[in-house]
Amino acid sequence: MIENNSQPASQTEAISWTRRHLLDIDEFSTAEFDLVMKTARVMEDILSRPIKKVPALRGKTIATLFYEPSTRTRSSFELAAKNLSADVVNLAASSSSVVKGESLIDTLYTLEAMGVEIVIMRHPLAGASHLAARYARSSIINAGDGAHAHPTQALLDMYTILKHKPNIAGLKIVILGDSRHSRVARSNIWGFTAMGASVTLCGPRSLLPVGLTSRNTVYSSVKLETDILRALDGADVVMALRMQKERQAAGLLPDIREYVTQFRLTPERLDTAKSDVLVMHPGPVNEDIEISTEVAAGPHSVIREQVSNGLAVRMAVLYLITGGNKK
Amino acid sequence: MAHEIIETNRNLSEIIMMGMRTRGVPLAERLAANIYAYEAAQISVGVLDFSLYRDDLGSRDLQPVVKSTSMPSGIDGKVVVLVDDVLFTGRSARAAMDALIDLGRPSAVKLAVLVDRGHRELPIRADYVGKNIPSSKEEEVQVKLTETDGLDEVSIYRKGETGKNR
Repeated sequence: MIENNSQPASQTEAISWTRRHLLDIDEFSTAEFDLVMKTARVMEDILSRPIKKVPALRGKTIATLFYEPSTRTRSSFELAAKNLSADVVNLAASSSSVVKGESLIDTLYTLEAMGVEIVIMRHPLAGASHLAARYARSSIINAGDGAHAHPTQALLDMYTILKHKPNIAGLKIVILGDSRHSRVARSNIWGFTAMGASVTLCGPRSLLPVGLTSRNTVYSSVKLETDILRALDGADVVMALRMQKERQAAGLLPDIREYVTQFRLTPERLDTAKSDVLVMHPGPVNEDIEISTEVAAGPHSVIREQVSNGLAVRMAVLYLITGGNKK
Repeated sequence: MAHEIIETNRNLSEIIMMGMRTRGVPLAERLAANIYAYEAAQISVGVLDFSLYRDDLGSRDLQPVVKSTSMPSGIDGKVVVLVDDVLFTGRSARAAMDALIDLGRPSAVKLAVLVDRGHRELPIRADYVGKNIPSSKEEEVQVKLTETDGLDEVSIYRKGETGKNR
């Protein structure tokens, strides 16, 4: 038996994290953002060591449950869990009982019956992970639900910016592309505005969100801009979003070439931004559609770094969530 | 304690002091400063955060805050002296040793503690002890240091009471 008093409580600083699930970051306090950033920094140190593994989550079982295809998010979570010594089982909806008609909640119960303690979930429908969390005994981590939220992406973007800039507060951050249907944009808007940045969304009218500014006070600092040069003027960070081809089919974008002509992030356009501007992209990149190859691989680009940072941030999230489990 | 470390280690240049967070860190720095004062030997000091190696993770109400580990240089082939304030159950020392081994392969690992209060739950002993303080399990032993707490003080008190000097 392990005694709880094996180390006097007064000598060990405990954290103020009580969340059992990570569904969205819209309710995060600045202290919580801060804690994730600090914890991720330690995890990044661990990743730079010859032995990239710590026993923090030894004996825990984690499942990734993906109803949508994914390379980086799923493998990033899997590696994060493994670096913390957890056991991971990966389920892709396309090759599981989902095909036989098993419902989301039944799948969840089945995983829990096998002892899974954390379920990392991606689903094409907004709110799917919130639904799962209502029924779950395990912890649910949202790895993307429809056009709603992608909290770990926003956290890793925040972490990446903080590696280059002392503060998020006061930065001008431009999100370029289809912010209307992007869960990455939505989560980032919450995170960036909560930390005091001014966010500008830029793209064709049909791909900008409707009624953002009026709906919520948090969004009051969000500007909408259809002119890319005006949007980029004086920007500290530019994040290009992936142009999702299915939007074209939906008729929101009459012609992809028109988008490319007007909104592709090119070196000439980037000159309008600050000289130390950071170029980001959540991936996967459609080269020479939303961003030119030169810019994506250029000196301002931190796109690769975002991927590495994602691993550290997801390790931090998994570690923190395991503590929140008790409440 | 600094004298003991000097006496038992022929080659002081091979020693690295690793302070175990939190209060082991200033203690390690003080020991290194004393050794420098006596022998004019520079001892490098590192910081070890072993919270991810604790055996009670997940059984506590809240996870401990993880902080960074920093090493002055590689520990391979070096004599690492782990420094902590209180040696009690030995579980922290076990966690610290595991954390250390993941960083490299020291030629030897030693343990220096300011206070040994007994009640070991693991087969661990300290190589250098500032003071043995026999205590009851109902008591808490708390070390305060100027660097972290504003004053130097060792106090023993019954659980639930606030600190009283003895």
